[in-house]
Order: sequence, then structure tokens, then C-alpha cells
Amino acid sequence: MIETNHTFNRNIKRRQNLGKLFYVLLLLFSLVGLIGLSALLIQILRDGLPYLSTNLIFNYPSRHIDQAGLKSALFGTLWILSLTALFSLPIGMGAAIYLEEFAKKNWITNFIEINVGNLAGVPSIVYGLLGLTIFVELMGLGRVVLAGALTMTLLILPIIILSTRESIKAVPNSYREAALALGATKWQMVKGVVLPIAFPGFLTGAILAMSRAIGESAPMIAISALVYITFIPSHAMDRFTVLPIQIFNWVSRPQAEFTGLAAAGIIVLLTVLLLMNAVAVYFRNRYQVKSNE
Amino acid sequence: MNESILNVKNLNVWYRDFQALKDVNIDILSNKVTALIGPSGCGKSTMLRCINRMNDLIPDAKVHGEINFNGENINSNQLDPIDIRSKIGMVFQKPNPFPKSIFDNVAFGLRINGFKGSIEDEVEKSLKKAALWEDVKDRLKDGALELSGGQQQRLCIARTLAVNPQVMLMDEPASALDPIATLAIEELIRDLCSEVSIVIVTHNMQQAARISHRTAFFMVDQDRCGYMVEEGETNQIFTDPQDERTESYITGRFS
Repeated sequence: MIETNHTFNRNIKRRQNLGKLFYVLLLLFSLVGLIGLSALLIQILRDGLPYLSTNLIFNYPSRHIDQAGLKSALFGTLWILSLTALFSLPIGMGAAIYLEEFAKKNWITNFIEINVGNLAGVPSIVYGLLGLTIFVELMGLGRVVLAGALTMTLLILPIIILSTRESIKAVPNSYREAALALGATKWQMVKGVVLPIAFPGFLTGAILAMSRAIGESAPMIAISALVYITFIPSHAMDRFTVLPIQIFNWVSRPQAEFTGLAAAGIIVLLTVLLLMNAVAVYFRNRYQVKSNE
Repeated sequence: MNESILNVKNLNVWYRDFQALKDVNIDILSNKVTALIGPSGCGKSTMLRCINRMNDLIPDAKVHGEINFNGENINSNQLDPIDIRSKIGMVFQKPNPFPKSIFDNVAFGLRINGFKGSIEDEVEKSLKKAALWEDVKDRLKDGALELSGGQQQRLCIARTLAVNPQVMLMDEPASALDPIATLAIEELIRDLCSEVSIVIVTHNMQQAARISHRTAFFMVDQDRCGYMVEEGETNQIFTDPQDERTESYITGRFS
């Protein structure tokens, strides 16, 4: 027998049990979110489904529960979303590409970076008041779709810039070097190599940002302040309302039926959100490229 | 016929305050394979990256001295690095084909440089030169990353050749490959030197001995600054080096 002064207390059983314990614990943690979400969904579906009707989508708001709908709010939301996407995506991506690929690293770019990070954390009502002061009052646009979309653009720009920068950063440098070594200019390199690889990441960021925009009510209340709108905005300078405002209004009515209507409104809101995400996920998967890294 | 294509005079490179390369003087001969060998950190790659101005991309890099190419100094401000890089191509250590199709990888350089002519023909020609055509001719639309490592590196060589460079710089092009793929790349390098002058950095001395016509030996001094010890016919460097440091290195007395 070989003499050894290494003594082990291997205790494999105990170590394995500890591993199992943590497995169960972590599983429980991850289920908390899922359970919360499903409870919410079940509650909303139970309250809202009976009130979900074509009236809800094709009627304008009304005092009479059986006639009340959210047509104006639905189209208002679609207007705000489209214009916000139109403004914020090019500006946000442009800013991110500049900061990531072109800007020299100095105190000015550092300053911009820190502030973009800070802006992402500013409460949304502050943006609402900012929009009210600048777009509605100073620029004299009035409480219109354009003012709402511009305010929303300011609100989600930091999110788009941050997420776009992350997806650009994730592009391996070896691709940049390969492009430059072939005689590409910086812009040719960015357009031909970096952007196509970063594109799926852009989409993810865009989904996040637009989801944020669709659910924001505080700044829209500040800008629009209106619920009872019985027309669809026909141009960017029309008055408008959006889904969260309509839902908020219904929830605060005393009659119980309006609460059900609000739940149905939330179902509509979630459906729009899911459709939007589905489109983005479809495009992301289509353009997803395999990478060596 | 020993015409030089690159003439390097008093090349010095700093990264911030750190001198990486000191007083390099060398003539790179046209249509020959020149190997740069030496221990890690001796400035071989730095030297290579000076030739196509890739060091411009490193913010704190400072390059002094002349690199004459076609009678013009690459380091002068009159020359555009974009122009230089389209004439002096580069193949990297790790195969880095773009995550695009095989065809688009080779076509990329043609497109960005405004190639007038049949891109299809040129892609085929370049893939043939890189001895990859037979492997991929039926799947040009497939993603380049589905190829094996050796094929990927040959694709990178085809991509570089498509732009029709006069010089091809290779930074340890086979170090990430298995021995069989390495051999294929080495054969390719020997074949290609009839149309393009090649400068190759390698850690592998047998490789340098096998494929190069000329060899330059680099060393690193006590301040970690690289310098060139000697340069000459590969045969002579490996059998009859003039400097005893070269001899110690190639006989494996230190590395």
C-alpha cells in the first residue's frame, strides 16, 4: 500500500445534492417572471375577452359601453409608431455608427457617450414636458401627431443608440481589417461588411425601442391630453390619442364594464406589439448570419 | 532579374513611447517569396503592417523612414493608404472570410474598387489561382463560413488576388491550420510568386526554409525593440548565416 499524506473528504453525494439544490432554486427564480406574466395574461384575457368585439376596433370612444371603441386610439398609436420609427431609427443608427466607427476617442465623444447613457434613464414624463415646451409651445406645432412622434423619438433615441452600438461592437475586428486591406474606404467597410453583420442586432434594438414607445402613456398624456377624439388623424398635424391613454381613461371610470373594456384594450395593445415583434423577428432570422467567432 | 519591388530605408516604428522596430533596411525582390522570421515580439508583424499602412489604424502608432514602392514612398502623405492597400494585399493569421457567400467574398474587393468587366469571370480566375475553384465551383452561393479552415484561408487568398495586387503580405497564414492544409497553402505560395511578390511572416522555420527565396531574420533587444539582424538568400541564411545570433536561432539554441 502506498503511503500518502493527501487526505480528501470527497463527499461526492453531498456535492451533487448541492448542485441539484441550486438547479431547482435557479429554475424557480426563472419561473417567477413566467408565472407573473401568465397570471397577468390570464387575468386580462378573462376580463377582456367578453368585451372584445368588432365594435371595439371600429367604433370611436363613447359614453355607452356597448358602443365604445378605440378606433381613434388604435390609429393614433399606429401614426405615432410609424412616424417615431421614421425619425428615430435613421437618427439613432446614424449616431451609433458615427460614435462607434468614425468618431475619434476624445473627451467630446466621451461626454456624448455618458450623456446618451444618462438619457436612457430619464423618466418619460420629463420627455413629455420637454416635448410640450419645445414642440407644442416653442415651435408652435400644437398638440398634434407630429409633436407626439418627435417627443417619442427623443424618448427612444438613447435606447436605439445604445443597442445599435452594442451590435456594432459585436462585429469582430478581423472583418474590418479584411475589408480595409482590400482597399475599402471606411464607409465601404461599414456599409459592405459591418452593417450587414450588425443588422440582426439593429432589429432587436428597434423592437425593444418600439415596444417601449407603444406602451408609453405619460409623455403622450402631456402632449395630447385628449381622450375623446372621434376621428382618425389624417395627417401629421391632426390631434390624436393613443391606446395607453384610452385604456388609462377606461380604467379610471367608475363603472365595472369599462374595466372590462380596458382589459380588451390591453389585448389589442398586446396584439399590435406581438405583430410588430413577429415581423422584426422574422427579418432578424432571415438575415442572421453565422459567424466564425 | 533581381529587381526590387519594395525598398525599405531606416524604418522605425513606435507605439506611443515604446519603440517596436528600429532601423530596418531591406529590399524586397519582385516575384520572390520573402520570409520574415524571428522570435515573438521582434516586430515581424509590425513590419508587415507598415507595408500596407495598416498601422495607420492603430491610434498611437508612429512610423518613420521610407518604404519605396514603384518609386514612391508609401509613408509620404501624398499617397492614399486606400490606394496602397488595393495594390498591396494582405492575408491574415486567422482565416477571416466575410460571413457572406463564397462568390461575394471574392467579388467584394472587385466591387469596392470599381472593377469594370465580368465579375463572374474574375471571381472564377481568382478562385482558380487560389486552387479553390474545383472545391467550390458548384456552391458559389453557399456561405463562406461553411468551408473548412484551410479552404477559408485559400478563399481569403483568392479574395486578395482578385484585386490584382503587386505584393501580397501574409501574416502567419498557416498557423491556425492543420498540417495538411498548411502544406496546401505552402504549395500555393510557391505557385503564386510568379505573378505576385510575397512577404510572409512565419514562426515556423521549416516553413520559411521550404517556401521562401529570401529570408530576413529579426531579433528583439533588451528593451523589447525589434530589429533586423540579417537578410539574404534563404539557402545562405539557413546553411551559412553571417551573424552568430542567426545561427543560434535557426539551430534552436534559443527561441
